[in-house]
Amino acid sequence: MLSVFSHIRGVGERPDKTTRTLTLKGQKMKHLSILKATAATTVVMLGTIQIAQADTLRLLTWGGYAPDEVVAAFETETGHTVEVTLSNNEEMIAKLRATGGGGFDLAQPSQDRIAGPQAEFGIYKPMDLSQLKSDQFITSMLDATKTNTTVDADVYGVPHVWGTSGLVLDTAMASSVKDYTDLCSADVAGKVSYRLKRPTLIGFAFSMGLDPFAAYGDEAAYTEIMSQVEAKLVECKSNVKTYWGGGDELMNLVRSGEVVASMAWDTGGWKLNAEKPDVTFVAPASGALGWIDTFVLPAKGRADSAAYDWINFVMQPEIAAMITNTAGNFTASTGADEFVNAELKANYQASFSAAAVDNIKWYPPVPAGLEVIEGGVLDRVKAAK
Amino acid sequence: MIAPDLQCHNLTKHYGDTTAVDNVSFDVPAGSFFSILGPSGCGKTTIMRMIAGFQEPSSGDIQIKGKSVLNVAPNKRPVNMVFQHLALFPMMNVADNIGYGLRRRKMAKPLINRKVEEALERIGLPGVGRRQVSELSGGQKQRIAIARCMVLEPDVLLLDEPLGALDLKLREQMKVELKTLQAAFDTTFLYITHDQSEALVMSDAIAVMNAGHFEQVGSAQDLYHNPQTAFVAGFVGESNKWLGSVTQRDGHYIDIDTPSMTVRAMASGDTWNKGAKAQVFVRPEAIQISREVSALRDYDNILTGKIEQILFNGAASRLLVRSEKGSDIIEVNMPQAGTTSNWSQGDIAHLGWSKDQGVAFIESAK
Amino acid sequence: MLSHRNIGFYLLLAPLALWLILLIVIPHINLAMLSLQERVGVRQYETSFANYRTFIDEPLYIMTFARTAVMSILATTLTLLIGFPVAYYIAKMAVGRAKSVLFLLCLVPFWVSELVRTFGWMILLRETGVVSSFLQWAGLASGPVELLYNDASIMVGLVYTSMLFMVVPLVSTLDSLDNSVIEAGYDLGGSTPSILREIVIPHAMPGIVSGCIVVFMLSLGNYLTPIMLGGKDSLWFTELIYSQFIVRFNWELGAAFGFLLLFLSSVIVWAALRLSGQTLERTMG
Repeated sequence: MLSVFSHIRGVGERPDKTTRTLTLKGQKMKHLSILKATAATTVVMLGTIQIAQADTLRLLTWGGYAPDEVVAAFETETGHTVEVTLSNNEEMIAKLRATGGGGFDLAQPSQDRIAGPQAEFGIYKPMDLSQLKSDQFITSMLDATKTNTTVDADVYGVPHVWGTSGLVLDTAMASSVKDYTDLCSADVAGKVSYRLKRPTLIGFAFSMGLDPFAAYGDEAAYTEIMSQVEAKLVECKSNVKTYWGGGDELMNLVRSGEVVASMAWDTGGWKLNAEKPDVTFVAPASGALGWIDTFVLPAKGRADSAAYDWINFVMQPEIAAMITNTAGNFTASTGADEFVNAELKANYQASFSAAAVDNIKWYPPVPAGLEVIEGGVLDRVKAAK
Repeated sequence: MIAPDLQCHNLTKHYGDTTAVDNVSFDVPAGSFFSILGPSGCGKTTIMRMIAGFQEPSSGDIQIKGKSVLNVAPNKRPVNMVFQHLALFPMMNVADNIGYGLRRRKMAKPLINRKVEEALERIGLPGVGRRQVSELSGGQKQRIAIARCMVLEPDVLLLDEPLGALDLKLREQMKVELKTLQAAFDTTFLYITHDQSEALVMSDAIAVMNAGHFEQVGSAQDLYHNPQTAFVAGFVGESNKWLGSVTQRDGHYIDIDTPSMTVRAMASGDTWNKGAKAQVFVRPEAIQISREVSALRDYDNILTGKIEQILFNGAASRLLVRSEKGSDIIEVNMPQAGTTSNWSQGDIAHLGWSKDQGVAFIESAK
Repeated sequence: MLSHRNIGFYLLLAPLALWLILLIVIPHINLAMLSLQERVGVRQYETSFANYRTFIDEPLYIMTFARTAVMSILATTLTLLIGFPVAYYIAKMAVGRAKSVLFLLCLVPFWVSELVRTFGWMILLRETGVVSSFLQWAGLASGPVELLYNDASIMVGLVYTSMLFMVVPLVSTLDSLDNSVIEAGYDLGGSTPSILREIVIPHAMPGIVSGCIVVFMLSLGNYLTPIMLGGKDSLWFTELIYSQFIVRFNWELGAAFGFLLLFLSSVIVWAALRLSGQTLERTMG
């Protein structure tokens, strides 16, 4: 079972937004008893001792976003050295929070997870946009990201990789599934899987005709929406085979046919499509959920110029295309599409009609405190019988 | 006629290719103290474990009071065993140790308590029932281990070198005590040991065992004075030993040529032939020592040598004499009285003993 | 003035003391202070017991803890019931080479990471897995059988993961029981059950208790096995702590949960020691 190991290097698959590295991390996290929890605070002490050379770029990123050949080319061109640490949104924030924003020089959380944590924990520093070649970015995406990551008139993030989550279906077995709520229908009972994480809550809310993003600023309204979603998920629980945790786990479930319909990322569906033609990614009727992973500077980063060099380097069309080819997702680099391999482009076009692209729901910044409401819902769904 | 308490018929035990016990038969009469004496590895422990039921004989039969026990599990056999290291139960106090077997027999509690008290009194340790085993001395543990078996009134008590772990002084004391206890309980004891003095002091009958078979069975005096085999002569008591070849035979007596001298001794067995290899054994206490060769004129065997070493040990003191010819070392009891006792190293000594004091074993020609 | 012996003593003590202070004491003080913080607004915290109150007020959390504790106790019991005969066989019946080979076999699964071991169970138990296929092939099942994603599969995983930690202390205490003591038991008329009850188990009690404590704590603190094998109903207390710390960014509640886990598991171990009449000194000494 080689896929056990393949998660260490993301191969053509959008990394799990929250638990992508859980399986890898799991070895470290397996006994999350008191000792482990305290180890997190120990990082606070140890983090300040770490000494990095000015020309070493410590990059905290997702699997597939810093392929070996890109790192090698960058090191040759600039003379900097790059240390890559793979992670996911939650762990990036937890790590930076533990060190007060130290230990890394460049991080890549999603654009909706910047303003909230910055307001709450102050773990990032403002970006000097004059250091960047802004003409390399797709203008609309750059502007949207700047808006979403602005705190007190300072811009904290610029876009890098983007993608969507929606439905991965075995079209021969689950043709009836058009939207998230269809996962609860009787004809796919016991052959359904999704994560018990916030994208599931958001996705179900949209497919139930609600607009959670509009309620982001209103805690009471958001709580009301979430309680409806909770009722739906509890009702739907008997349909679910298992809540998947890591990308590999989902891939195995779909590959073996044990699961025929699931909530997942576009790249996961495309990858499975290559092995099993009936399986593919489908944008749900209520709209796929769009995410953009960004570049941000941790508050105590020590190699800002190397970080800007890296951003300018990877946003070059040819380099960006190399990243797309390994990560499976498209980037915010202008003109990179023509260098991307044809298979990926074909997959993308099959899954997204022009209307579907317009219908993508882009995550707005998550206000601080929403996680607590969502957390309660997720806990109760998990506990429900 | 009453059947003996314990009978073994043609008992044999093989481990793979090796034969640990080879066709051994013996009877132990009721109320007697029977010992099996032999060096370690001779198979005596195997015999005991077969009687206790921990091992199955390869062939042969074991009968207790005339009934075969071959198909009886160890916990149902009317024998009990005192283990080499006693095997008292460390998790129980003394009274629980002694009462263990009675509890297994579902005896009423007050009756158990009374029996345990009685047993403790009998072994001279009244009132120690509440103590932990670890609080007892070696000798006390010994007695508890015996009492633990004796409350069950076994037909035969098996004792597997139980004195081995004790220090010398205590061992001497326990020898006497064991004999007394055996008389007091009036039970048949089967005792195994590699220590000849334990066997000689306590036993009514002793079987000398070597390499899986019995060499000789008899009383202590029998074995000491009339050994039937070279092994018994060498193993029981102490002896000087010469190796040589037979030169002639004269009735019961035989002459053997050895490097240091020609020895005349009693011949064991009738067959002989000139030139056959033979061993001669002479006990140290049978040899007279003198400064004057003329004082030994009446003895059949005379030897001259030099005092090599004096081993002082009170009444059991010995002199080691190196013979002039052949450089043999001969052990002699130190004379206890008179001027002759003032021996010192390097003195010239003359040794003499009668032909009746030596015994010769001719190795059968192969 | 310190004698040389004293200096040596303090030098030897230093690494342990540093370890304890830096990695156990200070982080715990840190965590304790964190658990008493209540978020009242953006970057505004107050000292209060709100986090502990959350645990008491929310039945879900108490239920999850109770479930985790009960499942861990059950896993410990099962591990003991399976591990005892195994340990007895290794310590008392196997001889020479067979003994070390058997011991090694208990050890082998621990040469790979827990992740891989758990994946192994998933391959065996899943609907399209080895066991299900075998049952269909043997005609014992008419269709695919899902053996994964339930409490029983969590139990299998926990017992498997803990087995070594039960077998090792049991083997060493049983090894120290003289064979002749067991033989004496038979010789004096004891039956196998009575010897087990009166001689073997009392002797092995320190090993049983220390094995049970280790297995209980390992099960209680396990994260991966319940999550991966338990599926949609796997509710485990460590999962709550993980999600408070990592997913919800709620370190304050996570720290309070951590302390509650420490406190409640200590209470359970203490109660078990009292019930079995053992002391920690005897068990660990």
